Amino acid sequence: MSAARRAGDVILSVQDVSLAFGGVRALQEVSFDVCEHEIRAIIGPNGAGKSSMLNVLNGVYHPQQGKIRLRNKEFADMDSHQAADLGIARTFQNIALFKGMSVLDNLMTGRNLKMRCNFLQQALWLGPAKREELEHRRAVEEIIDFLEIQHIRKTPVGRLPYGLQKRVELGRALAAEPAVLLLDEPMAGMNLEEKRDMCRFILDVNDHYGTTIVLIEHDMGVVMDISDRVVVLDYGRKIADGSPDEVRGNQSVVDAYLGVAH
Amino acid sequence: MSGELTGLDTFPKLLMHHARARGDRPAIREKDLGIWQTWTWAQFAEQVRLCACGLAAQGLRRGSHIALISDNRPRLYAAMAAAQCLGAIPVPLYQDAVAAEMVFPIQNAEIGFAFAEDQEQVDKLLEILPQCLSLKRIYYDDPRGMRHYAQPELMAYEKLIELGREAHRRDPSFVENEIASGAGDDTAAMFFTSGTTGVPKGVVHSHASLIGPSLTAARLDRLGEGDVILAYLPPAWIGQNIFSCAQAFVTGYCICCPESAETVMTDMREIGPTYYFAPPRVLENLLTQVSIRMEDASRLKRWLYRRFMDVANRVGGAILDGKPVPALDRGLYWLGDLVVYGPLRNVIGMSRVKVGYTAGEAIGPDLFKFYRSIGINLKQLYGSTETAVFVCVQPDGQVKADTAGPAVPGVELRFTPERELLIRSPGLFREYYKNPEATRQAKDPEGWFHTGDAGYFDQDGHVKIIDRVKDVGRLADGTLFAPKYLENKLKFFPYIREAVCFGDARDKVCAFINIDPEAIGNWAERRNMPYSGYTDLSARDEVYELVRECIERVNADLSAEPEIANSQIHRFLILHKELEADDGELTRTRKVRRGFIGEKYGELVSALYAGKTSVHVEAQVRYEDGRTGTYSADLKIRDAKVFTPAASQRAA
Repeated sequence: MSAARRAGDVILSVQDVSLAFGGVRALQEVSFDVCEHEIRAIIGPNGAGKSSMLNVLNGVYHPQQGKIRLRNKEFADMDSHQAADLGIARTFQNIALFKGMSVLDNLMTGRNLKMRCNFLQQALWLGPAKREELEHRRAVEEIIDFLEIQHIRKTPVGRLPYGLQKRVELGRALAAEPAVLLLDEPMAGMNLEEKRDMCRFILDVNDHYGTTIVLIEHDMGVVMDISDRVVVLDYGRKIADGSPDEVRGNQSVVDAYLGVAH
Repeated sequence: MSGELTGLDTFPKLLMHHARARGDRPAIREKDLGIWQTWTWAQFAEQVRLCACGLAAQGLRRGSHIALISDNRPRLYAAMAAAQCLGAIPVPLYQDAVAAEMVFPIQNAEIGFAFAEDQEQVDKLLEILPQCLSLKRIYYDDPRGMRHYAQPELMAYEKLIELGREAHRRDPSFVENEIASGAGDDTAAMFFTSGTTGVPKGVVHSHASLIGPSLTAARLDRLGEGDVILAYLPPAWIGQNIFSCAQAFVTGYCICCPESAETVMTDMREIGPTYYFAPPRVLENLLTQVSIRMEDASRLKRWLYRRFMDVANRVGGAILDGKPVPALDRGLYWLGDLVVYGPLRNVIGMSRVKVGYTAGEAIGPDLFKFYRSIGINLKQLYGSTETAVFVCVQPDGQVKADTAGPAVPGVELRFTPERELLIRSPGLFREYYKNPEATRQAKDPEGWFHTGDAGYFDQDGHVKIIDRVKDVGRLADGTLFAPKYLENKLKFFPYIREAVCFGDARDKVCAFINIDPEAIGNWAERRNMPYSGYTDLSARDEVYELVRECIERVNADLSAEPEIANSQIHRFLILHKELEADDGELTRTRKVRRGFIGEKYGELVSALYAGKTSVHVEAQVRYEDGRTGTYSADLKIRDAKVFTPAASQRAA
C-alpha cells in the first residue's frame, strides 16, 4: 500500500511546541514533522494532547513556546484564517456542519475562500459571478462523485445518519483543495462498515489528490493500517515516533497506551 | 412504423437508421457531475462505430463472445452495440455476482473479451483470470482507482476509442461493411439464466427473436421516439435489455441511466419516464415510503389523503379503464387528481408514465390497485428469458390484478393436461449454449417451449399462472391444487407472514399459518391487548378470528374461479413458532419448503385432516433473550367457511 505513495519533502514541521492552559500543561516540547503526501497519525490515550496538537496546527490554540514551519514559512503561532489561506483544512470530532443546509450547500461553503466576486456581483448573478459559481459547483460535484454521496446531494445534513455526516464533513474540507488535511477522529462513533468506507476514502483522497493527511484516531487498528508514520503522545509529551511497526514494538507505547500484551 | 423499418433486421442496422432518421433526437442520457448529459442518436452511432473499430483492431471477431459487466451506463450500451456491429455476441453478466459465479459463463462461452464498469468489476475478473485462460482483454469504463494497475490485459475504454479512431481513419467503410454482412438470424446476445438449480444456462437469442416481440409490444402500447425510459435494473436480465435496448432500437426512444443505484428515486422525478417497468417489490417499497411520509404529514393532509384515496379506490381503476362512472364521482376524482393524485404521481416520478409494467412474481391486488387508482397505467405481463419477455401482455382497458393478460399477437399458447403452459412464438430462443440436452428438454420438435409454469385461461382468455408445474398437485376429486397460489393470496394480507397449504391427493385443503408478529402486535396494541410475544399471540382466539376472516376472503375469491374453486381452505391452525431458514423450513430466499414442513410437523397435518379441534405440541422454543425452553401446549384448529363455487351457483 505505502509503496504506491510518494512521500516527498517535509511540508509541515513542529518544533518544541509547548502549550499550557493556566497550570495545565497540554503539550510539552513536542517536535515532529509531516512529509508531503504522507498519512501521519497522532495517537495517545485520553488527555494526551492530541486534539490540542491539532488545534495548534490550524491556529485555534496559540502555543506559548515553539515554532511551526509550513513549507518554508515559519510561525510562532498562526490564526485560523491564516491557516486556511495557507492550505490547511480540517474536520472536527463532533461534526461542525450547517445542519439545516443541504449537502451541496455545505460543500459550497468549503469553496468560500476561493470565491473572488463580491457580494453585489453574486447577488445580481453577474457574468463573472455566474462563471465563478459554475466553476465551484463543478469542483463540488467532483467531490460528491468522489465520495459517492450523489444520493444525498439535496438532503439537509441534519437528516443524515452520523456516518454520512462525517463523510460530508470530509467533503467540505476537501472542497477547499487543501495541501494539508487535518482529521480529528474521523472514525469516532462509526460502525465497522462505516469505518471501512471512511478508511477507503481517506486512502483514496491521499492517493488521488496527493493530499497530506494528519489524523488523530482512537481506533488502533485503523491507525496502524492506513498511516505511514505515527506520533505517540502521552501526558503532553512525545514518547514515540515512527512507522506503525516500530511504534507497535516500542515498550513505552505499549505501557502507556496499548496495555500489556497478553 | 413497419414501413420505416423494412430491411432493418439487426440492431446495428436499426442504430444506423436512427442516426440518419433522427440524428438530433436524444438516444441515451446519463447524469454526470450533477448534470444530465445526452448522446443523440448520431453521437451514439458515432461512439459505437469507433468502439467497433477499436474492438476489431483488438481482434474481436464474428461469432466470438464478449462479456459485459456493468451497471446501466451509456458506454455499456455502446460496447454492446459495437460488438453486435462486428457480429460478435454480447454476454451481459450480473454486476453484483461474485467472482466465482462469473467463471462458468466465461469458460462456457470461451470468452476472450470483457467490458467492466469499474475497479470493482476489474478486480473480480483479475481474480478469476487463472481459471479463465480464454480471457485476454478487459476494458474498463471508470478509471478511478485504476492508476496502479499494470496487468497487460487491461485497457481503458478511452484508449480503446482512440485505437478505434485510428482504425476508422485507415478504413472508413469497415464498420458499414461489417454491419451489412449481418443478418436477422445471427445471434444477437446471450443471457445466462440465474440457475438457482444446477449450472446456469446460456440462452441464445437471434436479432430476429429480440426485435420481433419488441416491435409487437411497442406497437401495442404505441411507443415512439418521444418516449423516455429509466434503465435501472441489471442489464444482464433480459427484461432490462428489452426495455432499455431492444425496444429503444426499434422505436428510437430515449434511454436514461441513473447516476447511481441510490439516486433512482430522484432520477425518476427529474427524468419523468413515460414507459416504466418495476418488479412488485420495487412498487411495494415505493408505496411503503409514501405511506410513511403520509403518516408524518399534517392532520389536514392526512385527512385529504384518506378521503381522496377512498374515492380513487372506488372509481380510479374504472376511470383509467374508460368505463362509465357517475358524474359526481368523476368530479370528485378530478378534484382528487388536483390535490392528491397529481402531486403524488409527481413525487414518485410517474407524472408522465404512459405505460408501466410489473412482472416476475405475484403482485398483491391492493398494491396493484393503488397505482391504477391514482391514474398510473400499470399493467402486467408474462414472459421469461427464453421467450424474450413478451408472451402475455394486458392491453389497455383489460387490466386485472391476478392475470398476466392474453397472448401477444403472434404468440401461440396452449396448456398440457398437466396444466403446463407451452409457448410457440417468434421470440423463442434458439438454444441453450452448448447444451443440446437441455434444449431438447425445453423445446419439443414442433417448436413448443415448455415453461414449467402451471396455469389456465380465465373466463376472458387471460392467462393465469398459478405455480410451477412440479409443485402443482390434485385434490382427491381431481381439482387443481396450486399451493403457492393459495399461499400468495394469504400472504397479501398484512397479518399473515407465511402460509403452508396441504392438499395434494387429499379430499380438501388445510393450511398452517404464520402470523406477522409486527402487524398483529400493532393490531393488539391498538386493542389494548397485552401479549408476551409470537407464541402468545399465535394462540389467542382473537387472532384466530382475524386469520379466519382473511382465509374466508380468500375462499370467497377462489369460489369465483371454477378451475380451482374446490381448493378452498377448509381448516387451519396457527403455528406456535415462526418458520425459519435456520431450521430448514424456509430456503435462504424465504420460500417455504413445503415437503420438509409437512414431514417435520406430520402430527399437526394428520390432526388437521383427522377433524380434531386441537393438537398437542411439544417443541423447543427460543425466547427473545436467547434462552431456549420447552413449549408444550394444545394448538387450536379452526374451520373456515367455504363458499359454493360460482359456476355451480349459476348452474343451480
